[in-house]
Amino acid sequence: MLIEVKNLVKEYRNEDVITSVLRGLNFEIKKGEFVSIMGPSGSGKSTLMHILGLLDRPTSGVYKFDGRNTENLDDNELAMMRNEKIGFVFQAFNLLPRTNVLENVKLPLLYSKKKIDAETRAKKVLESVGLGHRLEYFTNQISGGEKQRVAIARALVNEPEIIFADEPTGNLDSKSGIQVMEIFQKLNDAGHTIILVTHETATAEYADRIIKIRDGEIVGDEKVHNKRRGDGNGQLK
Amino acid sequence: MINFVKQCAKASLASLLANKTRSFLTMLGIIIGVAAVIIIMSLGAGAQNLIISQIKSFGTNKIGILPGKADSNGPPASALGIVITSLKFEDAQALRNNPNIPHLSGVVAYDNSSETLNYQNASYTTSVQGASGDYFTVEGGDLADGRFFTDAEEQATAHVVVLGDTVKNELFGDSPAVGANIKIRNHIFQVIGVMKKRGTILVQNYDDMVIIPNQTMRKTVLGIDYLNFIRATVDNESNMAETVAEIKEVLRTRHAITDQSGSSDDFNVRNSADALALITTVTNALKFFLAAMAGLSLLVGGIGIMNIMLVAVNERTREIGLRKAVGASNANIILQFLIETIIITTLGGLIGIIVGALISFLASLIIKSLGYDWNFSISPSSVIMALGVSATIGLIFGIYPASKASRLEPVEALRYE
Ligand SMILES: Nc1ncnc2c1ncn2[C@@H]1O[C@H](COP(=O)(O)OP(=O)(O)OP(=O)(O)O)[C@@H](O)[C@H]1O
Ligand SMILES: [Mg+2]
Repeated sequence: MLIEVKNLVKEYRNEDVITSVLRGLNFEIKKGEFVSIMGPSGSGKSTLMHILGLLDRPTSGVYKFDGRNTENLDDNELAMMRNEKIGFVFQAFNLLPRTNVLENVKLPLLYSKKKIDAETRAKKVLESVGLGHRLEYFTNQISGGEKQRVAIARALVNEPEIIFADEPTGNLDSKSGIQVMEIFQKLNDAGHTIILVTHETATAEYADRIIKIRDGEIVGDEKVHNKRRGDGNGQLK
Repeated sequence: MINFVKQCAKASLASLLANKTRSFLTMLGIIIGVAAVIIIMSLGAGAQNLIISQIKSFGTNKIGILPGKADSNGPPASALGIVITSLKFEDAQALRNNPNIPHLSGVVAYDNSSETLNYQNASYTTSVQGASGDYFTVEGGDLADGRFFTDAEEQATAHVVVLGDTVKNELFGDSPAVGANIKIRNHIFQVIGVMKKRGTILVQNYDDMVIIPNQTMRKTVLGIDYLNFIRATVDNESNMAETVAEIKEVLRTRHAITDQSGSSDDFNVRNSADALALITTVTNALKFFLAAMAGLSLLVGGIGIMNIMLVAVNERTREIGLRKAVGASNANIILQFLIETIIITTLGGLIGIIVGALISFLASLIIKSLGYDWNFSISPSSVIMALGVSATIGLIFGIYPASKASRLEPVEALRYE
């Protein structure tokens, strides 16, 4: 089991006001699964993703990642796991400004202990997301869809076990959105575990399984029967 | 690790170059501070060399014997206008060619006074030096014309005078002076020689003075029986301490002083080697004190840079969050910001060194054009020190912003607006 969550609770305390965002979640995700998380705005999807991606800690409950209880990991171990095992694609791209596409994708390798030729590896990953012709472009010189593909390339460059994507198509038109989803589909076909947050049912149906949350609680967890697939040209089949 | 440092250095250099005006303003405090230190060290060294070369041309083998007891570092009593009569011509004679003081190479007895000289209708006021003994050995210099007085003329209280270059020109202009008679306090003196132009060494102007035999000065001109001072030379500076001790012994015996501690002495002996050492110490201290004061401005520059780095950490919160999200450890973030700060301060230091060297060089050109024997110099040690201090300031004032950056929680940093 790659991910095991038991009674996961997240609360924010501002002075005397306590905001309960996640109220006791329980679920498991296997290696190689493609899971969509759906829910209305403010339901706690991003908060959950951040905890699962080891960017944040739960207030209470147990989160086991790859068999290890994350509560016992210190800052350095968390940093190393984020670097080696996790790729994160953010809702708002989060690329480094005034830096070119290639350097952005190389960034995780800067913190990697592995001996890889960063330049070659980053170029290869950028080619695989169809951006081999944009290496020297600065991040303010490319389109939103291209930015999201740069962000995906960055998440892939360290060959992580799992990729978290928080509304990766939220800021894109439908065609670019489909291109991005096809990339995730290919990655999943190649054996990567993918967890995807989305508002749109059409996007969610690329996954094997959809978890629905509302007000910090799981209200549905079902297999997708008619799994959607792109035809590889940015068109729906 | 080394690769990481290299990547950070490359990235921060690139961002410094991308923002030239801002980078320059950030570094300005350090640039000014380092330039000030370099200028002070350079001009200080120049001034020090000027003073020391003056003392050296005066000679480091000189001994001065003054009447009255004095703390060897304080001013002599005679300089305070007190007349002490304990030093006699016979003392000078006893020291001269004394087998118990083998390394004493020359002795001159002095009585000086400012007098008005007359030649025909011309008159000129100058320093009259009653100087007898081994004049050229002790004082150096050369005759331009005529001769110096002999020991026989000295003993005979002869009315003969040797003129300095300035005095000769004031009284005689271009016409020859040797053989002419001039008046000092209505006594007639025959000019027997003229000294070559020599200039001022330390405070002594060797051109604006005349020399007459000491005996004549004491008996005829001033009517006194004591000396103002004795000047002497040792054959070699290494014999200085020994010779000074021997001089003291001879004088104590002559003055019937049994106390060997020096506290009952009615004379005091100084030497130019000690004076040189003292002046070197004092000017060094002064130079470093001034440089340290200028160095204080580096502290202010450092605080300015810390402030700017704190703003930068704030501005780049999302970047820090992202770096942590892709695996940067707290140490990675600290190192990145420390490297950035150190690069800023070291680059500022480098520019400051260049600016300081340039200004010192211009100053040396101006000083030289005013006629001083001035050397432009920047010591490698002050350059290394300036760079070291700049880097250290980057380290010290970079730590706080860097650790603040590293303590940011990834999620909060990513959500920061
Ligand atoms: N630091 C915080 N302090 C207090 N409340 C917070 C904090 N961060 C998030 N929240 C609250 O947690 C709730 C869930 O936020 P989250 O970002 O997880 O929502 P979401 O499901 O991702 O929404 P969206 O679909 O709009 O992205 C929100 O109501 C938000 O106000
Ligand atoms: Mg969200």
